[in-house]
Amino acid sequence: METNELIVCRDTALGYEGRAVLSGLNLSVSAGDYLCVVGDNGSGKSTLMKGLLGLISPMEGSIERAVELKNGAVGYLPQQTRAQKDFPATVYEVVLSGFLNQKGFRFFYTAAQKTAALQAIGKLGILELKDRCYRDLSGGQQQRALLARALCAAGRLLILDEPITGLDPAAAQDLYKTLRYLNEKEGMAVVMVTHDLRSALENARTVLHIGKKSWFYGTVEDYLQSPEGRRFQKEEQ
Amino acid sequence: MELVEMFSWPFMQRALIAGVLVSLCAALLGVSLVLKRYSMIGDGLSHVSFGALAVAVALGITPLYFSIPVVILSAFFLLRLANSGSRMGNDAAIAVISASALAIGILVISLTTGMTTDVDNYMFGSVLAMTGTDVLLSAAVSAAVLILFVLFYHKLFAITFDENFARATGMRVELYNTLLSILTALTIVLGMRMMGAMLISSLVIFPALTAMRLFRSFRGVVLCAGATAVLCFCAGLTFSFTNSTPVGATVVGADLILFLLACVVQRLRKKN
Repeated sequence: METNELIVCRDTALGYEGRAVLSGLNLSVSAGDYLCVVGDNGSGKSTLMKGLLGLISPMEGSIERAVELKNGAVGYLPQQTRAQKDFPATVYEVVLSGFLNQKGFRFFYTAAQKTAALQAIGKLGILELKDRCYRDLSGGQQQRALLARALCAAGRLLILDEPITGLDPAAAQDLYKTLRYLNEKEGMAVVMVTHDLRSALENARTVLHIGKKSWFYGTVEDYLQSPEGRRFQKEEQ
Repeated sequence: MELVEMFSWPFMQRALIAGVLVSLCAALLGVSLVLKRYSMIGDGLSHVSFGALAVAVALGITPLYFSIPVVILSAFFLLRLANSGSRMGNDAAIAVISASALAIGILVISLTTGMTTDVDNYMFGSVLAMTGTDVLLSAAVSAAVLILFVLFYHKLFAITFDENFARATGMRVELYNTLLSILTALTIVLGMRMMGAMLISSLVIFPALTAMRLFRSFRGVVLCAGATAVLCFCAGLTFSFTNSTPVGATVVGADLILFLLACVVQRLRKKN
């Protein structure tokens, strides 16, 4: 593993109960990368995500993580759950919970963590919302709060699961802009599973297309020339 | 003066101490359970605890020694059921367990001692039910619940708000879910004698619902739920003493009034 690599998959097979959903996966995410994972429903995108997060272990091959990602220091932005829609918690409380993985055996947050949480909130431009209730926010604002929490959990890698689901187009564009800022200015590596191929191609640098039979893994430019990418462009026209 | 007279009775002192402690624990745990959509687990556990109590009495065992392990085991089981996408449907499965436990309890009672006032007491609670041992046990368990709740407050918040995130960041979500259900099971077993099997789950659910209508932060909701629960219990106990009503139903009545008030407050706030 090279020094700036964060996650490396080598001939990885992932699946459940002995049945592989994905196999022969070779993938490497380095610092500052912006990778979009696209593909049809049921192609194994969420399985891959679980593998990258370390929630399931590979059936074959290996998934290596950089030392700083061990102990769950990943900035994960999961899909919203039903329970969250009317959850009574302030934005500050939600964001602060991103530090839980760094608490170890301590039971309370440190002053430094509290300051860092405020900084993360500020970075996402929602400082004036910090004492507002999560359930009273708009979808885009909720996503920002969750993104701030993800920033608290990890310094170098964000993993996002269908982040624009349920957002209106303007809020979605805002989110992409924020991600691009974090990627370019803060050097944050971004891995995003998405349905929104068009915006993904505008923002990402590399693409992983998981098809039922064929695969594509490479830069956005190459993707547009590949059979998978051409099919997409045809659909667009 | 009536208050002084009221608490000169030893059984009232016992009821007050145990009741306040159990209400407080139930309310704190209730916030998590209600937000995680586990309210039905509390209800299921209270019915199981009724069944266990009936069996224990029939076998001549001290009820708490028998109910506590049985209810903790059921808590494990119900939690599994609630989390699994079982074919029967989670709520249906819990309802089946509730009704079965209730039926087994009633069958056991009617085959042994016969349907006496005991059954009535188990179902709807009795202020006389708390013995000195019960109070000591309640105090010990409540203290444990409170300490664990305070220590694991932030972790419970995280698993309540977002299990997926908590799991991805390396938290042992199952461990904390199990902890939550064990604490709930203990609280329900202890509170059941006084509040009754039919009514104990309201101690878990009502304060959380009331507090959620009034407060915006998780901490606010937790504190308010605790305060609401203690207030309602004291008011209910006093009212039940002066008017000779059953304590369980009276406390739930007080909880209901406060809940409705909270709904009104929420409405008014939204309008402004």
